[in-house]
Amino acid sequence: MGVEVQIEGLTKSFGRQNIWADVSFTLPAGEISVLLGPSGTGKSVFLKTLVGLLKPEQGHIMIQGRDLTRLSERELYEVRKLFGVLFQDGALFGSMDLYDNVAFPLREHTRKSESEVRRIVMEKLDLVGLAGDEHKLPGQISGGMRKRAGLARALVLEPEIILFDEPDSGLDPVRTTLLNHLIVDLNQQTGATFLIVTHDINTARTVPDNIGLIYRRHLAMFGPREMLLSSQEPVVRQFLNAQRQGPIGMAEEKDASELEAEAASGQELPPLPPIPLQMQPLNGEPRPAERPPGEWCRRNGVVPPPGSFAPAGGFTTPADWPRLQDGTVHGGADPRADTVVLERDRAARDWRHDG
Amino acid sequence: MANPVSGALRHSGSFFAYCLDALRATPRRPFQVREMIQQAWFVSSVSILPTALVAIPFGAVIALQLGTLTSQLGAQSYTGAASVLAVVREAGPIVTALLIAGAGGSAICADLGARKIREELDAMEVLGIDPIQRLVVPRVVACMIVAVLLNGLVNVVGVSGGYFFNVVMQGGTPGAYLASFQALGQIQDLVIGEIKALVFGMMAALVASYKGMTAKGGPKGVGDAVNQSVVISFMLLFALNFVITSIYFQIVPQKGT
Repeated sequence: MGVEVQIEGLTKSFGRQNIWADVSFTLPAGEISVLLGPSGTGKSVFLKTLVGLLKPEQGHIMIQGRDLTRLSERELYEVRKLFGVLFQDGALFGSMDLYDNVAFPLREHTRKSESEVRRIVMEKLDLVGLAGDEHKLPGQISGGMRKRAGLARALVLEPEIILFDEPDSGLDPVRTTLLNHLIVDLNQQTGATFLIVTHDINTARTVPDNIGLIYRRHLAMFGPREMLLSSQEPVVRQFLNAQRQGPIGMAEEKDASELEAEAASGQELPPLPPIPLQMQPLNGEPRPAERPPGEWCRRNGVVPPPGSFAPAGGFTTPADWPRLQDGTVHGGADPRADTVVLERDRAARDWRHDG
Repeated sequence: MANPVSGALRHSGSFFAYCLDALRATPRRPFQVREMIQQAWFVSSVSILPTALVAIPFGAVIALQLGTLTSQLGAQSYTGAASVLAVVREAGPIVTALLIAGAGGSAICADLGARKIREELDAMEVLGIDPIQRLVVPRVVACMIVAVLLNGLVNVVGVSGGYFFNVVMQGGTPGAYLASFQALGQIQDLVIGEIKALVFGMMAALVASYKGMTAKGGPKGVGDAVNQSVVISFMLLFALNFVITSIYFQIVPQKGT
């Protein structure tokens, strides 16, 4: 389940304008990765290159031993069946209603009977909460609904790799959270590889297993979530924490003199905010690529910012409440905090296995 | 980059490559019959009425011009022959093509352009479906069929218009007009007229769909694409018409020569 995607030395330009150069990283199979970057750094171009809609000048994209950049048009159409892509606005076919939109890939690629198509389509529409809206046209529904319908269509062929182009743009915070939960749940249920392109740091902090950041026409960093969230690298730090101080300016990058002035002014960089816990699937099962919170930091001798991995917000269970009050669990840099979480998780898992 | 010469060359090159892609995708299964019928219906529904309305005055103008000219030369009995020849050989295919390009082509271009900027075409490719095979080929075939059929309509309407104006307005002899039909014209003229219509219909649809599928820059880009597609297909049509006519005169012997 899930397919690994290796990207090596990828370079793309439009005419003389270089978009990004020498991008190399591996999307681990079955994990959720997020690709971040300031607006206009070619994140969407990267996504289109990844599915072969745009040809890079250099580099390779290896999927199941095949190089996507070297394939003929016909082979490309075959490989693309591994992909499900959610475009920014859903990219639904305007002339068809939602049902036909979701049924379209099934009718084109499979010889399923109409009743089977109906079963699958209704199942996917139900999954994204659009059951009952199947006979509406894309023009008659809101942007959030279009996005969810686009997701249903992307899922219908049971892809191994699912790409999201800004799933959170134009959605309210509640819908964003719901969509993020849907992503985490889908990852757990299907085991597919996920890549989310976004600039929403809330999503980036809680949803993925890995984070990458594109900046100044190259990949600044790609690695496990905790590595980037505890990173002191100026760009990563500024972007992931939405800070004013750092190399990213309003227009483009800040130039050297501005940076010097900023350093000379002696402004203290605001401290790193605590690393939140990963979003968990709603059914309580662990994520496919789940690692204990803080493991990466411990193994690499990095001290996470104070208050990290505290069971806060929606991540507490009623069982934690009395302990929160008597201080066994609290939001400090207390190592016991994540121990308690681990114990809780383990207990929950054991319980499920017994049952 | 901004060199207009290299820009024009690049565009013609990519248009040619696009035509080859479309040609290669034509025999590929499954052929989209449903889409083709819908498109043929759509193109004919937007072009039948204007074509007929253009063909009547067109045939009339030819008849009027020839009527005065032939009476000055004392060759009234050949009015019918000349006007049939003009309508079937030239006016029919050209009127058909202009209407197909202007009414059908602009609609196809706008439709595909809107799909392009809404990323529908990208989505289709990602779903493993070739938009050229799925959308362009049925449209091109539909336009070709409709062009051939419309050409027949133009011929009939144009010749009837010519007849009406010559006989009723200019007092020509009905019998002479009809009897002279075959004096100059021959069956090959009808065939070449239909071949022209077929080629023009194909060209108009190819240009329109190419321009639509390469539209960029939001809604304004779609507007520009439609505008360019109409202008380019008109120019190509007249150039092609000249080429086909020259070849025709070289290979088909004419009556009375």
